[in-house]
Amino acid sequence: MGRVEGKVAFITGAARGQGRSHAIRLAQEGADIIAVDLLEAIPGAPYAAATQEDLDETVRQVEALDRRIVASKADVRDYEGLKKALDDGVAELGRLDIVSANAGISTQMAPTDELTEDMWQNMIDTNLTGVWHTAKAAIPHLKAGGRGGAIILTSSEAGIKGYANIAHYVSAKHGVVGLMRTLAIELAPDMIRVNSIHPTQVDTDMIMNEATYRLFAPNLENPTREDFAPASQATNTLPIPWVEAVDISNAVLFLASDEARYVTGVPLPVDAGCFLK
Amino acid sequence: MGRVEGKVAFITGAARGQGRSHAIRLAQEGADIIAVDIAEGIPSIERYYPGATEEDLAETVRQIEALDRRIVATKADVRDYDALKAALDDGVAQLGHVDIVSANAGVFAFGDKTQEVTEQDWQDVIDINETGVWHTCKAVIPHLIDQGTGGSLILTSSTAGLKGTPNVAAYTASKHAVVGIMRTLALELAQYSVRVNTVHPTGVATDMILNEAAWKLFLPDVAHPTREQAAEVFASTNALPIPWVDPVDISNAVLFLASDEARYVTGTELKIDAGYTIK
Repeated sequence: MGRVEGKVAFITGAARGQGRSHAIRLAQEGADIIAVDLLEAIPGAPYAAATQEDLDETVRQVEALDRRIVASKADVRDYEGLKKALDDGVAELGRLDIVSANAGISTQMAPTDELTEDMWQNMIDTNLTGVWHTAKAAIPHLKAGGRGGAIILTSSEAGIKGYANIAHYVSAKHGVVGLMRTLAIELAPDMIRVNSIHPTQVDTDMIMNEATYRLFAPNLENPTREDFAPASQATNTLPIPWVEAVDISNAVLFLASDEARYVTGVPLPVDAGCFLK
Repeated sequence: MGRVEGKVAFITGAARGQGRSHAIRLAQEGADIIAVDIAEGIPSIERYYPGATEEDLAETVRQIEALDRRIVATKADVRDYDALKAALDDGVAQLGHVDIVSANAGVFAFGDKTQEVTEQDWQDVIDINETGVWHTCKAVIPHLIDQGTGGSLILTSSTAGLKGTPNVAAYTASKHAVVGIMRTLALELAQYSVRVNTVHPTGVATDMILNEAAWKLFLPDVAHPTREQAAEVFASTNALPIPWVDPVDISNAVLFLASDEARYVTGTELKIDAGYTIK
């Protein structure tokens, strides 16, 4: 008996990275999956966009676990498109229990007064408004199910701490915490729980690129993953440079499962002690 | 394969309530248990609720052995460092190692305005809830460092470790202090891959709060409040529409933090509080 057996999980940004990992981990424990991903570049993102092949691979891996998955191309910035993808998934899989608002981007860094209007807006639209859209589309389904539910919003260490030169990212991820706290109160009467997760650096494409390396090793001309490792580790308390996507997935799984049936309103760091420093 | 298969967990206050529940839940997932409990009444607390007994501790032993796990259970008081250390050392000698620590032993005293709390009541609460947690950590840390295989300490705080509670000064102070111990130890022990976190329950359905004295804290004008009346007022303090949580809900959080699923979670205050602290 899986820990989320028979439940259905809606996951945004599911083509790769943490989103794919969440889909696989939840499917391993018995959930069916509704997956969406933009599959296109957002201007200013300093790494290649996820592709249709990535999303197909997520589908393949979930189906290899003998679970069902409905995967669509959808943009969290486009509420109508996102809602349709979710509605179609719920129609096909019959219910909705778990929401992982995971889709997010990082972009080029700049001092706050040098951030362009586009850099700011693309970030807020994706990392904050996209999370609101995800919750907004899911809440009617969760309420209609009458079985409660679990919404897990992916924030960041930057949702509880400031970082220089990424004000747009820090602001969006702090905004996610405000959304979580508000939703936790609004949805408690329906036994729908809302929590956020705060990862330190995770070993995915979003982090493993030169823009992030520069953020952590600003004095090097062409910093590499090897240069990034000690600088990244210096932010953590535990002696590790970064965590793996599955570490976030295990936290999502705990919060999604009935083991956490009375856990709501919690910002859960999976941060190797980064916040303590 | 259990989620803590082959590990050994040291649990204080294991005779009943949350402590027994933690022992059972961890044993279900493959851990052996080193259990201690004072297993006798504490005079200043007995006006609120009766102490655990040796029979209670024996029942914990019976339930762990029924799961085919090993348990070394000892009557020991967390206020007595030498006795606590001897009980732990004996358990480690018998079971081979220790990996998980649940500093769970605690008492609840309440109802007096802060300026009216007696010296004895204050001292008992601080000695058990705060110094007892330190003793537990102090006794176990050398084992964890010597073993060199990391570890997970879970300190039981409370919603009263994050928020003030009128007329519960000693308890609230002691549970806030547990957060301070946790944050300090998380920094000190990270180099050994030993993780330290706190759990913060709202009201849990155990003898500690399912008693008339506790209900009167919330219903001071009712001569003999009933469980039903208490449930209503307890529910009003939570965001989720429930009066209290069950011990197993805390145990599931302890299990998560104890397991390798949380291998990079340290320095965290994990609330199992039905939204109590966000209201």
